[in-house]
Amino acid sequence: MSKFKKKRGAATPEVSTASLPDIIFMLLFFFMVVTVLRDASLKVAVNLPQATELSKLEKKSLVNYIYVGKPLLKEQKIYGTKPRIQLGDKFAELTDIPLFIATHKEKVQESQQPLITSSLRVDGDVTMGIVSDVKTQLRKSNQLKVNYSAKKESK
Amino acid sequence: MARKSSRDRMKNEVNAGSMADIAFLLLIFFLVTTTIQVDSGVLVRLPPWSDDEPETEKLNKRNVYSVLVNANNELLVRGEPAEVDDLRENAKNFIMNPDKREDMAETPQKAIISLRNDRGTKYKTYLKVYNELKAAYTELRNTESQREFGKDFDELDREDMRVIIAKVPLILSEAEPTEFGEEN
Repeated sequence: MSKFKKKRGAATPEVSTASLPDIIFMLLFFFMVVTVLRDASLKVAVNLPQATELSKLEKKSLVNYIYVGKPLLKEQKIYGTKPRIQLGDKFAELTDIPLFIATHKEKVQESQQPLITSSLRVDGDVTMGIVSDVKTQLRKSNQLKVNYSAKKESK
Repeated sequence: MARKSSRDRMKNEVNAGSMADIAFLLLIFFLVTTTIQVDSGVLVRLPPWSDDEPETEKLNKRNVYSVLVNANNELLVRGEPAEVDDLRENAKNFIMNPDKREDMAETPQKAIISLRNDRGTKYKTYLKVYNELKAAYTELRNTESQREFGKDFDELDREDMRVIIAKVPLILSEAEPTEFGEEN
């Protein structure tokens, strides 16, 4: 009995914490690589076109996003391959746009409402038909500040 | 009794020394993830919607720079086929009309860009054309403000900006698209 006791007392039971920072660093890098922050999970493929005359949209709370593009591969079984509109995180019809704009408008202070911008994130290969329809809807709901989202042209 | 003392000696505390590091890393993590890339794009102001047919204003033909984009993404500028890459220079030339040509804008204030596309035009092409036209105006405004104030247009304060805008106003009218091409 006494034999065992002695052995236990002599051993240092601490776990070495020297490698802890390394582990945390690995975690940090892992998350840095993996996280892609997007406010809505995209259901349509949007490959933005390129442009040079870009301006930045500063206030995120004053921007609403309208995505247009072909449904992603996994959605194509249900939604087909025709370009579709995505508002928030679900597919929408043209007629849903006025309500979407109005709902967003309500969340914004009245003095800031004229500054609301609609950002059209449209895939480059989509034809203008659907884009024109979206524009018409925006005009009808009096949302005239529009941003054609684009990437900086790389030369 | 003997047992208890042995336990006391073995008190295994978690090392709190690295807590600070963990907190720092969390901080850095959130810093990194919250700097989201700001969305950028071409800002446009749409005309308000009206239900009645737009009035067909009588315009002097020389003041109108009409750009048509068809469903095959080809350009027709003032009745002539054209390339997107030449658009910027041509538009600048048209607006300023340095040679005082009879068939180009009388003054920059009177120049009107008329853009029309087809429902089958690719968005990519449309945006490129729009971008070129806007770029033409940006360049003109920059040269104008360099001459007047010795600064670029976007560095001016509001009042000076207005002066330049009055000199080179951006008038771009978009007609309802034609419906010849096939949509995807």
